[in-house]
Order: sequence, then C-alpha cells, then structure tokens
Amino acid sequence: MGLLNFFAKPAQPPPGLPSGCFTVDRTGRVVIGTVPSSFPAATITDIARHVLDTFREAQAAQLPLAELVVHFGSLKITAREQRGGALVFLAPRTLTSSAK
Amino acid sequence: METRHKILLVDDDPDLLEMYREILSQLPSRPEVHTASSGARAMAVLESGAFRLLISDLKMPKMDGLQLLSVVRRKHPELRTVVLTSVADEQFRSRVYALGVDLFWQKPANEHEIKMFRDCIESLLDRNDLAGFRGVQSKSLVDIIQLECITHSSSILRITNGALSGKIWIDSGELVDAETDDTRGEDAFLRILAWKAGSFETMPGEASRARTIFKSYNALLLETAQALDEAASGAVSTNARPATSGVAAAVQVDGVEFVLSLKVGEPGKFEARGLENPDRLEGWTRQCLERFRALGERLQAGPFEQIEALGPQRHVAVAQSADTALCVGWRPALTGEEVRERMKKVVTLWAS
Repeated sequence: MGLLNFFAKPAQPPPGLPSGCFTVDRTGRVVIGTVPSSFPAATITDIARHVLDTFREAQAAQLPLAELVVHFGSLKITAREQRGGALVFLAPRTLTSSAK
Repeated sequence: METRHKILLVDDDPDLLEMYREILSQLPSRPEVHTASSGARAMAVLESGAFRLLISDLKMPKMDGLQLLSVVRRKHPELRTVVLTSVADEQFRSRVYALGVDLFWQKPANEHEIKMFRDCIESLLDRNDLAGFRGVQSKSLVDIIQLECITHSSSILRITNGALSGKIWIDSGELVDAETDDTRGEDAFLRILAWKAGSFETMPGEASRARTIFKSYNALLLETAQALDEAASGAVSTNARPATSGVAAAVQVDGVEFVLSLKVGEPGKFEARGLENPDRLEGWTRQCLERFRALGERLQAGPFEQIEALGPQRHVAVAQSADTALCVGWRPALTGEEVRERMKKVVTLWAS
C-alpha cells in the first residue's frame, strides 16, 4: 500500500480566490491592477470580458448601467463603468463580510 | 380658429420648469405652456388669461404648493389642477386630493413614466367639463366604481400605480372589461383592486368595448375584499387569483418598477409585469446568468447568488431559484444596498 501511495498525486491545494482591483479599457485590455501576479492573468482577462460584455449588452437593451455587483457564495465582483472600460473590484467574502 | 389649451407650470427649479415645458409642448393638442417660479407669480399669471390646467410643485419657498392650490380652488374652481412632486408621502397625497386636485403625480423618473404623465395630461386637457368626478377624488377606487355603477354611468377608469397601469370599463352602470399589463377581464379587475396605492382618473366611456366581465360589480367587489382580507390575515385563499402569482406579489414590494420571471434554459418562456418590451431584457438576463454562473464555477467562487446592476434610469437585480430566474427593476432613487435587501424580500415572496 505504501508503494501505491508513493505514486499517488499529491493533493491539490484549493485555488485561492482573486482579491484586489484592476482597470480594463474598452478593448478588454487590463491596464493596471493590484491582483496578485500569482493569479492567472487569463482569468483576470476573462472576468474583464464578462463585465464589459454585460455593460455593452445592457446598453443595447436600453438599460444603461453605471455599476454591476455580482455576488457568489465566497466572492463579490463589483464593476464600475468607465467610458466603455471598467474598474473592477474582486473581494473574497468572509463570514463577517457576507453577513452584511 | 382652433383654440389651444393653456397650461401653467409652477416650480421653483428653473431647469425642471424648462424640461416640463418641453415635454408638455409636444403633446398632441399642442397646448400653450406658461411657467411661473413661485406661487405669487402663478396667481398673477392666472389672472391674466383663461387657463385650462395648473401643474404645481408642492415644495416651494414662501407660498408652497398646498397654499397655492387652496387659493386657486377658491378663485378658479373651473381650473383643472395637477400636483407634480418628488414628495412620496401618503399624507400629502391625501391632503392634495382633499383639496379637490385632479391628479397627484410623483415626478416621472424614467421614459415610461414620462409617457404616462404625458398621456394623463393630454387626457385631462381633452376631458369634457361635465364628465369626470372632480371633487370626489378623495374617495377610494371602490367608492368611485360603486358610484359609477349606481348612477348607471358609462366611463373608463384609468388607474396608475407606479409603473403599473390599468383600466376598468363601465357601461351603463355595469362592469364590462378590465385590463392591466398582460391580463384582462375579472383577473385584471381583481389585480387592479389589490393595488395598495395609486391614482386614478375618469375618462369618457367606450360603448363598443367587448364584454369580458359577466359578474355584477357587487359580487366582484365582495370577492376582492375577501381575497384581500385573506391575504392580509395570511390565510390560504380559495380564490387565489390576486394573491398566488409570485410575480404579482413581487410587484407589490415598495420600489419595484417591473418584474420579469423566466424559465432557465427555455428562451422565450417568461412572465412580465410593468415592462413594455420584455424581450430585450429577457435576452440580457439570460446572458448574464449563463455568463456569471460559468465564471463562478470556473473560479470555484461558490454558488451564484445575485446580481445588482445600478443605472441612472433604473436599477435591476437578477436572482435565480431552481429552474426560474427573476429580473426585477427598481426605482433609481434606491441605493445599491436597498436594492440588495429588497430583492431578498422579492425572492422570498416570489418563492412562497
């Protein structure tokens, strides 16, 4: 049994949730940010694209938006529209913050 | 020569005066719109010519709107009067109607409300002097319906409750039809009477209206009262029409402008209240949900809970429960936190 354990993959640590903020321009390019560099840049770009698409589609549906707040069980994404781009805040939710 | 009705607008905010002058000048009847920035100035302008309609703000320095209206009702009893205010207070509303004012309007906050405001003003300008129920506007909607039916009148009652509006057709003292958003007939009548607040006006009858209501007004009013009593006491209603629809219940929450309920994964299947063109919003809601649910799974951020989208014209919140999603429009005056808290209440009501 010990031999089998030797070849088993080490357990993956749970991936951390992103924390910080970043600015994205209207083309989806992340201009500046405080999200740790250990967090995959592709995921940040992905979040930015979702946020920008949501603002654009809302505008097309005649629902101009200035701010978007998305709540997940353990993460809150807040995005403020900035002339076609956006300022995005990522805040993991703790027990105390989610109680608010 | 065609005579144009004259409207006098009174407000101490010059920007608002200009904006409403612009809105009212474009009414189909092309009225002459005059403005006054104070109650005293308004009195002087009214002396200078025959005006059809006075539209006044309530909060003004020196002579406020209530003072102005009480003087005007005595000196110019023939003048139609409308209060246009940002004060959302039932006491003010009651005091205003007690003065015999024709309409009490909260300042329109979006395009849809502006359109309703324009329609109401146009209808008020066109109304025959002998028609309508001026002077009894302090009565409840039930009182007015009874009065119309007892006197064998023919009229259309137009009722406005925020973004919701409905009409009740009465022909020779009999309830003929009712309509609100997507419902007609008895269901619409019961829904309108379940609204807790709003304003109404009487318009000339429409003899050719197809009949959809066949019960007597007494039976229907009794049914409504019974359903409302049961809803208030928390009892399960056997006549569930006004109370069982989650969407109908959600619309009653303070601050709600519209409700869109949709089946997840079944495009085109939805129920909407208070929305003129729900299709576009349905598409946006579906895309939002799919997009952020997928993002949440990818980030392992826990279950998707809710979206609040804040805009200058209106706020929107999106939530999901089981296979149904709910998109609710909120008044732009609410803060993000208020939207979040009230949305929880809506979701609870809707789910129950």
